[in-house]
Amino acid sequence: MFEWLSEITGNQILAAFISAIVPVAFIVPFVIFAVWLERKVSAHMQDRLGPMRVGWHGWLQTIADFFKLIQKEDIVATATDKRFFNLAPYLVFVGSYAVYAALPFSSKYIGSNTDLGLFYIIAVSGLVVAGILMAGWSSQNKYSLYGALRSAAQIVSYEIPTALVILAMVMFTGTLNLAKLSDMQTSSFWNWYIFGGPDWGLSKFLVIPFMLVAFLLFYISSLAEVNRTPFDMPEAESELVAGYHTEYSGMKFAMFFLSEYGNMFAVSAVVSVLFFGGYQSPFGYIGNLIGASWMVPFEQVFWFASKGIFFVFVQMWLRWTLPRVRVDQLMTICWKYLIPYAFVNLIIIGLISLI
Amino acid sequence: MKEYFKNTWLGIWTVLVGMKITLKHVFQPAVTIQYPDVKLPLPERVRNRLYVNIDDCIGCDQCARACPVSCISIDTVKSIPGDDLGTTSNGKKKALWVTKFDIDFAKCCYCQLCVFPCPTECITMTETYEFSEFKRKNLLYHFSSLTNEEAGLRKQNWEKFQAEKEALKAAAKPPVPPAAKTE
Repeated sequence: MFEWLSEITGNQILAAFISAIVPVAFIVPFVIFAVWLERKVSAHMQDRLGPMRVGWHGWLQTIADFFKLIQKEDIVATATDKRFFNLAPYLVFVGSYAVYAALPFSSKYIGSNTDLGLFYIIAVSGLVVAGILMAGWSSQNKYSLYGALRSAAQIVSYEIPTALVILAMVMFTGTLNLAKLSDMQTSSFWNWYIFGGPDWGLSKFLVIPFMLVAFLLFYISSLAEVNRTPFDMPEAESELVAGYHTEYSGMKFAMFFLSEYGNMFAVSAVVSVLFFGGYQSPFGYIGNLIGASWMVPFEQVFWFASKGIFFVFVQMWLRWTLPRVRVDQLMTICWKYLIPYAFVNLIIIGLISLI
Repeated sequence: MKEYFKNTWLGIWTVLVGMKITLKHVFQPAVTIQYPDVKLPLPERVRNRLYVNIDDCIGCDQCARACPVSCISIDTVKSIPGDDLGTTSNGKKKALWVTKFDIDFAKCCYCQLCVFPCPTECITMTETYEFSEFKRKNLLYHFSSLTNEEAGLRKQNWEKFQAEKEALKAAAKPPVPPAAKTE
C-alpha cells in the first residue's frame, strides 16, 4: 500500500503519513464498537439488556460517552508530577498503536513489512509498562502506584511464557515476519498452524496437540499482558479504585481506554496470525472464484478483522465468566504453570520440527 | 506431580464449565423491563395518587378528619334555599358548596384511611404513580370544581342570606341590649 500510495502521490513522506493513519482509522471505530460490545456482552451474560436507549440497541452509546469525555474538565491534582502525568496516557497509547505497524491487515496493507515483526511487537508492547508505571507513579496516589507496580510485575512476568511460545512458533515456522507467517497458512483452514501448518507429513499430525497447548498458553499470557480479567490486578476496582488511571479524567482517561481496547485487538490479531492464518480466509476467496482479484485484499481485511474481533469477544467472555485472581495466584499461574509448560512445549515442538 | 497435572486440568476444565454457563445466559431472554416503555402490571388494590370525584362530594369533611397527616383540607359554604346543588350518584342530596378541596401529595402517606369513611365513595385510590414534580407546591392538587369567583359568590350569597335572616329576626324580636352587643 505504501508503494502504491507513493506512486500515486509522488511523495514518500505523504504516503508514509497516509498509511500510518490507517491503523488509527481502524482503532478508533474498533474501540467504539468494542466498548459497546463489551457492555452488551456483559449485560446479556447477566440476563440484562445493557444500553438500549441511544440508537438501535444503544449502538450510539459509546459515541455519546466519547463526546461526554471530550467535554469533561481535565483535572490535574496539584501534587502530581505534571510532566509525566500528562505524558503517560500518550505513551501508553503510542505503545499500543505502534504494535499495529507490524500487523498484516491484508496482503496489500501492512504498516511495516519488517522481518522482525514478532520481535518488534514483543519489544514495543513493553513500552506500555513504562507508560502505566509512569501514570501510576506520577499520580502521587497510593492506589495508582499499587496498580502500576502490579501491572509492571504482571506484564514482565507474563512476557516470559509469551516469548517462549513465540520462540516455539519461530522454531517451527522459521520466520518472524507476520506477513510471511500469514502467507504460509494460505488456501484452507487445515493449513493453519493450530492444525500443524502447511507441510503435510508426520510432523503436522504430531504437532497438533502441542500447537493447541501453545495456543492456550499464548492466549492466557496475552490476556494477562493486556490487563484483562481474570488478570486485571492493575485495575482491580474492588481494591484499587481504578488502579493506575484513578487520577485521570476526560480525554486522558479516554486515552487509557483507547489503548486498552487497542491492545486487546492487537494481541488477538497476533494470536490469529500465529495460529489461525491471520488474514487468510479459511476456505478460498470469493474474489478468486468470480475472477475479481481486486476483491481479495478486502476479503482479507474482513477475515483479519473478524478473527481479531472473535478473540476479543472470547476475552470479554472470559472477563464476565471468571473472578479476578489474587496476586499470589497470578504469580503462581505464571511461574509454576505457564512457564514450565511453555518450556516443555518449546522442547517438544523443537524436536518435532527436526523430523 | 500428580496433583500438579490435576490442578492444570481442573484450571482448564472449570474455566470451560464457567464459559459454557455464561454462554448459555447470552441466549436467555433478559429479565430487564424497560420501564418507561414497558410497565409491570400493578396488583389489585394498589394505593397510589388519590382522586376525588367532586360531583359526588357532599363536603362532609370525614376524609379530612380521618387523614393521619392532615393533607386534606376542605372548606364548605352552606347553600341557600334557591340553590340547585343536584344529587350525588347514590341519590344523596347535597347541602354544601365545596369551595375548597385540596390534597397535598407531598404530605400524603397513601394509607387509604380517607377512602373508607367517605359516605358517597367519591375519594378513591387510582393507579397513577408517576406524578413527580420539580416544585413542591405543584403537588398541592385542587379538586374543587368551583372557581375562586364562584366560591366568593356562594359565600356572599350565604352571608347575604344570613344577614337577611338576621334582619328578619331582628325585625321580629326586640333589639338586643347594648351590653350583649359588645361581646
